[in-house]
Amino acid sequence: MSQTPTNEHTETHRQSSERRMRLNMGPQHPSTHGVLQIVLDLEGEVVMRCDPVPGYLHRGTEKLAEERYYNQIIPLTDRLDYVSAFNNNVAFVMPVEKLLGIEIPERAMWIRVILMELQRIASHLIWYGTSLMDLGAVTAFLYAMRERELILDIFEMACGARLTYSYCRVGGLLSDVPPGFEEKVAEFVKAFPKAWKEYTDLVSKNPIFMDRTMGVGVVTPEDAIDMGLTGPSLRGSGVDWDIRKNEPYYGYDLLDFAIPLGTKGDCYDRYLCRMEEMLQSNRIVEQALKFLKPGPVKVDDPKIALPPKELSMSQAEAMQRHFYQVIHGFNVPVGETYGKIEGSKGELGFYIISDGSSHPYRMKIRAPSFVNLQSLPLMTEGRMVSDVITCIGTIDIVLGEVDR
Amino acid sequence: MLSPAHFFEIGAAPTVAPDQAVNPQTDPFIWFLQTFITLFIIMNVVLIIMAYQTWAERKVMARMQLRYGPNQTGPAGLLQPIADAVKMLGKEYIIPRDADRPVFLMAPIMSFIPAVAAFAVIPWGDARSEGLLGGWIRPAIANLNVGILYMLALSSVGVYGIIMAGYSSGNKYSMLGSLRSSGQVVSYELTLGLSLMGVLIQAGTLNLNDIVRQQQASIWYIFPQFFGFVVFLISGIAETNRNPFDLPEAESELVAGFHLEYSGMSFGLFYLAEYISMNAIAALAAIMFFGGWAPPFDIAPFNWIPGPIWLFIKFSFFLFLYYWIRSTLPRFRYDQLMGLVWKILFPIALANLVITAVVKLVGISMGWWV
Repeated sequence: MSQTPTNEHTETHRQSSERRMRLNMGPQHPSTHGVLQIVLDLEGEVVMRCDPVPGYLHRGTEKLAEERYYNQIIPLTDRLDYVSAFNNNVAFVMPVEKLLGIEIPERAMWIRVILMELQRIASHLIWYGTSLMDLGAVTAFLYAMRERELILDIFEMACGARLTYSYCRVGGLLSDVPPGFEEKVAEFVKAFPKAWKEYTDLVSKNPIFMDRTMGVGVVTPEDAIDMGLTGPSLRGSGVDWDIRKNEPYYGYDLLDFAIPLGTKGDCYDRYLCRMEEMLQSNRIVEQALKFLKPGPVKVDDPKIALPPKELSMSQAEAMQRHFYQVIHGFNVPVGETYGKIEGSKGELGFYIISDGSSHPYRMKIRAPSFVNLQSLPLMTEGRMVSDVITCIGTIDIVLGEVDR
Repeated sequence: MLSPAHFFEIGAAPTVAPDQAVNPQTDPFIWFLQTFITLFIIMNVVLIIMAYQTWAERKVMARMQLRYGPNQTGPAGLLQPIADAVKMLGKEYIIPRDADRPVFLMAPIMSFIPAVAAFAVIPWGDARSEGLLGGWIRPAIANLNVGILYMLALSSVGVYGIIMAGYSSGNKYSMLGSLRSSGQVVSYELTLGLSLMGVLIQAGTLNLNDIVRQQQASIWYIFPQFFGFVVFLISGIAETNRNPFDLPEAESELVAGFHLEYSGMSFGLFYLAEYISMNAIAALAAIMFFGGWAPPFDIAPFNWIPGPIWLFIKFSFFLFLYYWIRSTLPRFRYDQLMGLVWKILFPIALANLVITAVVKLVGISMGWWV
């Protein structure tokens, strides 16, 4: 039975809406991490309603993918979560490889694991820097850049690019890593814990930082599951779910690492989870280096992998294969599949439907940032404007991925 | 005839004997000329210090943040402040359509003038002495007997510029920034004043120069007034809207806060005002707690260095502290900021005041000191 609003009701409503101020935070705003718009209804400084409006960076990646050969989609995936491009590459090629029914060579797999974990560290470093910069501590950002630089150097060594790698190929990697790669990674792994300690010393026990983050943006485990949060945002609420542990892929079951969990689900817990995850990723890289044995990095299937350059320059057969693959790509059997990895922001999945041709019939990206972003109103309504900024920081969104 | 000197010497410090006439000059015209010259020199020095303070801040912060800071304009980037000033003067001055024009135009001036005027009473040397060139360059523009009240009053007036800017810009972020600022500055004003009360009770005078002389005769007030100093330092940072209390212009929240809509030199005036009031608070800290222009020990190698240099060294230390804090700490939230001032700083300042007063009264009645 609907209730007729009495005079009194409308009067209060009118007064409260008069007191409210609507603030469009973004899309041009220094701390919405790109072009996110957040419509805030404020009473004084208290947020009464928070409404994130994504879409300003929409580039139609999913539609573009329908017109491209499988290997041509890889550069598109680079531009999703541009601070962890390599994870996107892997997340995309995994379901394609599943559809093709191929196993990638051991060496390619371990290089992928090493680079994915390094990428996770790099991505978390960006998060560390930017989220603290949102809180007003600028120095943390520049400290984080120092270590990220070393990781980017490693990537540059492996594939020549520093941000958008496009290093994965369906069936393996573009090329093997150059000699000296392992030493460089080992050097980083050895040096990182010391730098990590510097970060935590600078921030973790800072009373102002603790005041700003503790008890702010609390998400209960039930809410977190209901909203489909994944990654550190979910684990900060104390839900033990990490695809690397629960549904292992790429030999993660052979590695020894821990999954840090929060207890309260506030911003501080999410912060601690991500910090600890960096160390665990470092441990994974250390162990994965031991598994790295010489061998091929591309699957031995002439229909999928490009022939080596020397062969295509000297043998007619190889050159024809090269030519055919470049202008036509390779056909993928009819079917549909979902491949997912534990990306640096959460569960990153690609759902691919193939109609048997050389490009996907439909590709759906399950972007963790997009899903995690919906917890923002829950975290911020009834709190202050400054807390909105803190919460955006700890959700760790990248707009390239939110809008796709 | 009443000399202007009489005007500024009413109610001299009770415990410091006036050992010589402050300003023997009795001709009002010459007195005015001398004041004007002193004013010209001190104001230029203050503005130059301010300009190079921005350079120093960028350099110090850069070194703390693994960067180089300005290093392209001139040797070690020393011409950077000049380049910045030229850039600001060359920028278009935009007035938004929704702005309240007269208030919008007046706000930067209202912010800038009190900040600069505060330097009128800062003594750069013993203001009771004649000064250089037979009184033509005096150590302070005015040896005002209520100097400290004057400074506190001006720092309160400074907030009007911010409120006017936020109100008149027609921008929601500016509005929020100026609302934050008015609450913050009014609250911290209180602890700023209270924290200085202990010093005033000890010194028995409001004259900045006499406070320094008292410290020269006894000890620096940082030692007996340590809690007062801590409260003063924190309130001073909040009063000048610097990190970690820079909520009115919180970049990551309010984009630029109250001066969001300002461009060109009108923004430049806000920028100048912020840095100059920072200087004023630092100079005040040096004068009230660290003996101002007086050398730490009145013995040979120390008293060769003239007073202005001592004051400069002391307040440079505070400026360095500002930069250090800025590059280390995150920002407070508004309610925490208010909690800090009302729940922590205010009781400390009040307790400090009461204890100082009681000790002084008991001391006088017991005959420890007169």
